[in-house]
Parts: sequence; C-alpha cells; structure tokens
Amino acid sequence: MTSAEFLMFARGPMIQVAGFVFALGLLVRLVEILMLGRSENLAEKRGSGFQGGLRTIISRFFPADQNTFKRSAVTVVAGYVFHVGLFFIIFFLTPHIALFKHLVGFSWPALSTPIIDFLTVLALIAMVVLLWRRLTHPLLKFLSTGEDFIAWTVTFLPLLTGYMSYHHLLLPYNWLLGFHIASVALFLVVFPFTKLMHTFTFFLARWYIGSMAGEKGVRQ
Amino acid sequence: MTHATLERGINALREQIDAPVAAFFNSCVNCGICAEACLFYTESGNPVYTPIHKLEPMRRLWEQEYTLVGRIRKMLGLSKAITDEELREWEELVYDGCSLCGRCSMVCPVGNDITYMLRKMREGMAASGNAPEGLIGATTRAVKLGSPMGVKVVALQAQAKHVKNDTGLEIPFDKEGADYMVLLSSMEIINYPEYLAAIARILDQAGKSWTVSTEAFEATNAGIQIGVSDIARELVSRVVAAAEKLKVKTIVSPECGHAYTAIRWEGPNLIGRPFAFKVRHIVEVLDELRKEGLLKTEGLEEDHLTFHDPCQLVRRGGVVDQPRNLLKMVSQNFSEMEDCGQMNWCCGAGGGVSANERADELRSKAFLRKKSQLDKLNVDTIVTACANCRIQLEEGLEEHEMEIPVVGLTEMIADHLVVKEQSEGGT
Repeated sequence: MTSAEFLMFARGPMIQVAGFVFALGLLVRLVEILMLGRSENLAEKRGSGFQGGLRTIISRFFPADQNTFKRSAVTVVAGYVFHVGLFFIIFFLTPHIALFKHLVGFSWPALSTPIIDFLTVLALIAMVVLLWRRLTHPLLKFLSTGEDFIAWTVTFLPLLTGYMSYHHLLLPYNWLLGFHIASVALFLVVFPFTKLMHTFTFFLARWYIGSMAGEKGVRQ
Repeated sequence: MTHATLERGINALREQIDAPVAAFFNSCVNCGICAEACLFYTESGNPVYTPIHKLEPMRRLWEQEYTLVGRIRKMLGLSKAITDEELREWEELVYDGCSLCGRCSMVCPVGNDITYMLRKMREGMAASGNAPEGLIGATTRAVKLGSPMGVKVVALQAQAKHVKNDTGLEIPFDKEGADYMVLLSSMEIINYPEYLAAIARILDQAGKSWTVSTEAFEATNAGIQIGVSDIARELVSRVVAAAEKLKVKTIVSPECGHAYTAIRWEGPNLIGRPFAFKVRHIVEVLDELRKEGLLKTEGLEEDHLTFHDPCQLVRRGGVVDQPRNLLKMVSQNFSEMEDCGQMNWCCGAGGGVSANERADELRSKAFLRKKSQLDKLNVDTIVTACANCRIQLEEGLEEHEMEIPVVGLTEMIADHLVVKEQSEGGT
C-alpha cells in the first residue's frame, strides 16, 4: 500500500465506518441512560429544579471549594489545560473547520494556526502530566483501571499525530495525515464504549444533581 | 432484614438504578477529586475511602446489566459477578467510612451525586445481610420500641415533668390542631433534655400552639441510615399518621441533620404521596419566628463563638443562613470556621456511623479534621444544631483534652429570651 492509498482509505471507508459506529453507539448509550427514568420528587419544593439544573451545568466548570482545589490542583489545572486545548484544537483549526463545513454545511472563524499549535503543545504536556500522576500518585494508582489508560491513549494519539503532521516530523506527510485520521477513527470507535462518554453525559449528570439540589434550595 | 441473601441484595440494588445513577457512572473518569473532599480519606490517607470506590459493586452491576457492552461482556463471561465476599468487604467502606455528608457530591467536576448513590448502595448491602450489627440493633429498636436508642415514651414524660418543674411550662402531649408538632431525637431526650425546655420556653413566648405526639416523637430514621426502605417507610408513616391524627400544620424536625433529610426530603417519597402539612427544621422555625418579630432576645454571649454546620442542613437541606441570622441576635464575638457553610467538614459521626460501634476508631480519626478547623479558631464555645454532631464533638474534644463546651443553638436562643411579664398572661 502506498502512502496515498493509505490516506485515501483512512479518509474514506475507515473514517466513515468509525463515524457510523460513533453516532450509533452514542445514541444507544444515551437511550440506555434516559430509558431508566427517575421517580418524581413528592417533597415540598423550596426552589426550582430547572434553574438548579441549569446553574449546576455552568457552576461545575469552576471548583466549588478552594480547599479541595488546593488538594487536587495538579489534576484540576492539567485537566483544564488539556480539555480547553482539545476543544479549541478540534473546533477551531482551519482544516478541521473545513471538514465540519463539509459535514454540517456551515462554518465559523478559525483561530490562527500558531495559537492552535501552542495549545497542542500545552495539551500534550498536560496529558503526559496526567498520565504520570495516574502512574505514580498513590490515590490515582489505586483508582485507575485499564479503561482509563485506553481512554488516555486514544485521545493522545490524534493530538500527537496531528502535531506531527503539521510539523512534518519523522515521516512523509501523507503517512502522517493518514495516521492522524486513522487515530481519530480509533478514538471515535472506542468513544461510545468507554468513559470517553463523559464528554456528553456530564451534562446529564450535572443536570440531575443540580435539579435535585435546586428543589431542596441547595445552591451549587 | 430477615432472610438476607446475595440475591435479595442484588435485586434491591437493581431497583435503585435509575437514570441519574447511570449518568453518574457513565461520567466518572476516576479523577480522584471526590477523595480529597472526603474526611475519611483525608484523615486516614487510605484510598479505599475514595467516595466513588465505595460504590464499585453497584457500578459493576450497572455496567453488566444496564449497558449493551456490559451485557455482551457478561454473556461472553468476561465480567466478574458480584459475590457475597465482595459485599462483605465493602460493608466497612459503605457504613463505617461514609457519613452521607455530601461533600464529595459538591466537588465532583462532572457533577456526580455520589451521596445519592451511596444511600442507594446501602439498600443492596442491607438486603444482602451486609450491614453492621450496631445499625441493625438501632433499626430493630426503632421498629419495636419507637426509638433507635430504646427510649420509651415514659422516659420522655419523665423529662416533661422536669421541664415543668424547671420552667413551669406544661409539655402539651397529643394536642389536636396545634401549629407545631415537635419531634425529638432520642439523643436529645437522653443527653440534652435542655432542648425540650428551650422549645417550650420559645414557643410559649412566641404564643404558638404546639404538641408532642406520644405515638410518634422520634425524628430519626434508622431505616434510611441502614438502607431499608420498607423500614424507613414504616417509621415515616408513624410520624405522618400522628400528624394527620392531631391535624397539625407543621412538623418540626429537631436539632438533628439526618432526621431532617429523612422526614423533609425522603419522607413524602417513601410513603408515595405529598404531605398535607409542612416540615421544618427547628432552626428554620426559629428564623421564621425571628422574621415575624416573635422571637425576642436580650443580652449577648460574652464567649467567642463559632458554628458547626451539620452536613444535612447545609449540603442536603439548603439551611445555611438561618442559624447565622439567629446567632447574630445573641452573639458579639463570632468567628466562622474555615470551609464554613456549604462546604463545612462533617463531624464524622452522621449517617449511622455513630450507631455502629465497629466504626469507633475510624470515627475518632475522622474527627481530626474538625479538630484542625477548631485549632485555627481558638473559640470558647461551639454552637451547633444537631445532637449527633454535638455528641461527636463533645467526645472528640474530650479525647483531645480540649475544653470547649458545645451548645445547641435552640438552647442558646432560649437562654436569651426576654422574660415575659406575668401581667401579660401566658398562652
């Protein structure tokens, strides 16, 4: 297989199948959760569950408590750098926007490539820090499972191969871009079957906890 | 709790799994932040006390039976079924190492209500026969005798006599149509009878009618602590029946945090219908009286005071400002402790921990968190609004030879009541 053939395959059937698995898997997982339902709260309400739910979706972006923040500062800061970085890299890199335009029919302004490049370096470093913590911190070592490392690997690979493609490192460009797209395909296929699902379910989780707290008049 | 088996336990757990639980388990990324908020982890340094880890058997059940991938893995024999041994091992984590205080739920970045799930997890533990002896005893006494500590109505009547002698006020038992039906915790009847006297004096001054039911005076709910909804429902039903029989407007939950959660928030859901009366914590009632101008106090405490927030009031009940409004009326030298209010550290004894003798060592270790908060303050007196917190604080302070008295807020307010002039007449 030549590099051109590999690239064609990756950006053709491979990513299409992956996208299909991703979309279907995502749907199944969300239906699985929502189908379980929950019982109505019959206690006299002190506040609005709706407002509480919405508020918590936003408020949990910020640490609730200084003391806990201090105790887990590395996780929080590295976690933020990597998540925010990933968000901008995925949605604001020029070629990515071109892809989204192809998929959804409209586009939005991109961030300049040097900024994305910088965010990628930060995200890669933050991810390595998080991995290192998982492997060394007694608490995280105890909690971590194989799935945590799978999720880490399939998220790290697209970032790394994307960075290498942009800088033409080690391999010819076609190979690098092919690997980048293949790594995204892997990410998409693994996504619905692992805790990568939190990308979507954290909205639900925050909604539930926030609406329960809101009805009790607990501010979160 | 008869015929507890693994199968019953797993069935009980299945009944507990709902959409929020599934969303929570789906969202956990094992970041470990919940551990940093849990005093059983921070004080012991042992990662087994990580809040989300305490739910591991329930998480596996969810994964194996409520997710497509989990079901496939189970069919292929790739997943580990829950065993009796495992639940036995988890018993210590679920009961001794958790006071259901709710701090973990406040800090989880994805928004998992871990406390909500732990309450559910206990249903499976109890049904499978993996609940601590101490709590089983308390629950049995609550069902048979009406009190987890075995306090009978005669003991309460004896206390009422003392109140009559001390204050001249009659405790109105079984009075129909009263504004308030006052509930008590056994701990108050036995250890802090001052509470009953304080209520009598405050409500007398406010001119409110009130009553204590001889059929249902116990506020705490051992069924919730141990995680047996049938028993929890039975205990709530007794209170509801008494309140309906006496046609009272409001039930007053005593200075106890978990009792408030039990009757105020879980109560209607346990019996499956909304209450026809209101439920308020005594601190809420006092603050309402204050707002109506019916709570008249004089004089200020000279001591340097602080307030220990009971976990169920602030994090699971939304009662944060009321005690502070009340303390302002009677204090001049008040300091908040670090992390006060919604994030205040738990005393370490709630959620059934204090009824479980096996947990004594861990419970006194957990108190070290409160000790370090107090060490920074140098106060003369600690005020709180939960008899269970109070006894834990007193024991912990005693153990560390710290001579700081602990006072109930209601009692402190009663000590400052403006003495009524005889000519005005009583109610």
